[in-house]
Amino acid sequence: MATLTIDASQLRKTYGTRTAVRDLTLQVGRGEAFGFLGPNGAGKSTSIKMLLGLVKPTGGSALLLGQPVGTREVRARVGFLPEHFRFYDWLSASELILFHGRLCGLAEAKLRKKVPQLLQRVGLGAQHNKPIRSFSKGMMQRVGLAQAIVNDPEILFLDEPTSGLDPAGRKLVRDVIGEQCRRGATVFLNSHLLGEVEQSCDRVAFIRDGRIIGMYQMGAWQSPQTEVEIKVARVNSAAMERLNAFTQDLRLEGQLMRLRVAKVDHLPEVVRCLVEAGAEVFSVVPQRASLEDLFLQMMGPDPGL
Amino acid sequence: MSKNAIDVRGAAGTPEPPANNQQVIGRAIVEPSVLSLSRGPGTLRTTLLMARVTFREAARRKILWIATLAGIAFLTLFWMALHFVLKHRTPQTSTVEFREGIVMMTMMVLYAGSMMTSLMAVLTSCDTLSGEIASGTIHAIATKPVQRWCLVLGKWVGFVGMLTLYVMLIEGGSIVISWFQGGYLPPHGPAVLSLIWLQALVLLGLTMAASTRFSSLTSGAVSLGLYGLAFVGGWIEQFGSLQHVKACINLGILSSLIMPSDALWRRAAFKFQPPMLGTVGVTPFSGTLVPSNAMVVYAALYAVLLMLLAQLLFSRRDL
Repeated sequence: MATLTIDASQLRKTYGTRTAVRDLTLQVGRGEAFGFLGPNGAGKSTSIKMLLGLVKPTGGSALLLGQPVGTREVRARVGFLPEHFRFYDWLSASELILFHGRLCGLAEAKLRKKVPQLLQRVGLGAQHNKPIRSFSKGMMQRVGLAQAIVNDPEILFLDEPTSGLDPAGRKLVRDVIGEQCRRGATVFLNSHLLGEVEQSCDRVAFIRDGRIIGMYQMGAWQSPQTEVEIKVARVNSAAMERLNAFTQDLRLEGQLMRLRVAKVDHLPEVVRCLVEAGAEVFSVVPQRASLEDLFLQMMGPDPGL
Repeated sequence: MSKNAIDVRGAAGTPEPPANNQQVIGRAIVEPSVLSLSRGPGTLRTTLLMARVTFREAARRKILWIATLAGIAFLTLFWMALHFVLKHRTPQTSTVEFREGIVMMTMMVLYAGSMMTSLMAVLTSCDTLSGEIASGTIHAIATKPVQRWCLVLGKWVGFVGMLTLYVMLIEGGSIVISWFQGGYLPPHGPAVLSLIWLQALVLLGLTMAASTRFSSLTSGAVSLGLYGLAFVGGWIEQFGSLQHVKACINLGILSSLIMPSDALWRRAAFKFQPPMLGTVGVTPFSGTLVPSNAMVVYAALYAVLLMLLAQLLFSRRDL
């Protein structure tokens, strides 16, 4: 079985003089949850549309499941939840999933069994007969998720899946992502909700101005050094001198001391130094760089809108 | 909803799926064999699926029902009018004169019906492609294993179904009322209906082709604008024919080539009338210059080519 499910090489899209995507080069493996991050207008949606064959690239090439993007064979094995999922709102939830299942070419008998189970899975079991017109944004998003997995896809593309969802709905999306990965599907998650990506994905790529500017295994961007925040009182210069000997970037602002140690193992030594020098230690908190820190660092200062 | 929001499989009150159905959702991925690879529902099934959903959607539009009510209202009016005419018929009225009156009245109703049908063709279809592209509805559909041209064809078939029923109801109804009440059966009833139906298809093809590239409103305006152009062109052609001004006739023919809707109506009007009638003056019903069979063939090709153009334009565009 091919291990690469998405293999894009220098995909490029220009609209007239405007370049939406400059260079999309990425590989995603089977069973991987891949987060695609970037600010609004960075080219995330255009990238996903090129991978799905909705938008024709100006240059470059891409393979999905080893075949050129956009062929019917590939589309039969792919699921997609578009951003702002919309549909004929006069259909009921069941009818809509049935329709999408039929568009996937699924057998009627199998589909009839599957639709109620899918709606149960996304928490709409009780609403299956209601017209979508009466649904809230979050419920629409759930129906959209159900249609995206109706064909048991091998690659699931989710474009901002949690934007309209409440916390329970977000957890549902995370759970579905986990389930899909466990059954061997690749999940490609487009989002600017960093917390969601942090909790769901194995790997993230950052895109800015239509170009991928970094790709990381989740958590691998943590620097080997640990930054520590210590709440402390009565620190004297002797203590500072002793700490300076084996820590970096030592700063003291009022009662808050910040420093960096090569290893977490050095922390007890830091505390001992302080206590022996007569300082009073209230708390020691190792700081972990979050995905948000990394995001802000990658994207640079906000240029404004 | 919140009760069911999180993994509800096996939750209290939820019936357990039968054992043999357990793997219906979330099956593990196995390497598909070449033979088992799905290529989607195929062209016929896709077309029928889209046709059905489009027909159902069109049938839910208020505009269709308002137009149908309006149609039924003028059919009723027509029926009542005929009823009073018959009641007040005097022995002095000649049979020819009487029949001429019935024919003229029926023609007016048919003309109004043909305008309603044309409006229906444009107003129900102008939003179908452009609206779904703008709202993103099309994204979840076009990423399924279906051919894009089938989506357009299916929509077209759905609208054709709706327009067929509409023509049968409004125009067929007019002819039937005139037959039962006035006793006039046109010599070529089915041809009249077909021509009016074809007129709607010409406008449908044009509107759908426009809506692959333009907004809904612009697409509607393009079609109705050309419909107006053809209407004026038709008058110019007839006027030219009466006054023997060749340039006017040519202008009229040119406008019919750009949009053959009015030519089709004039052909339908000619087919409806008894042979000797309808050669008087310039009216939308007169057969001073009757469009030829070649024009009808041209219009049919026009309708089909525009539908194919819509498929081509839609298949090629970014969504």
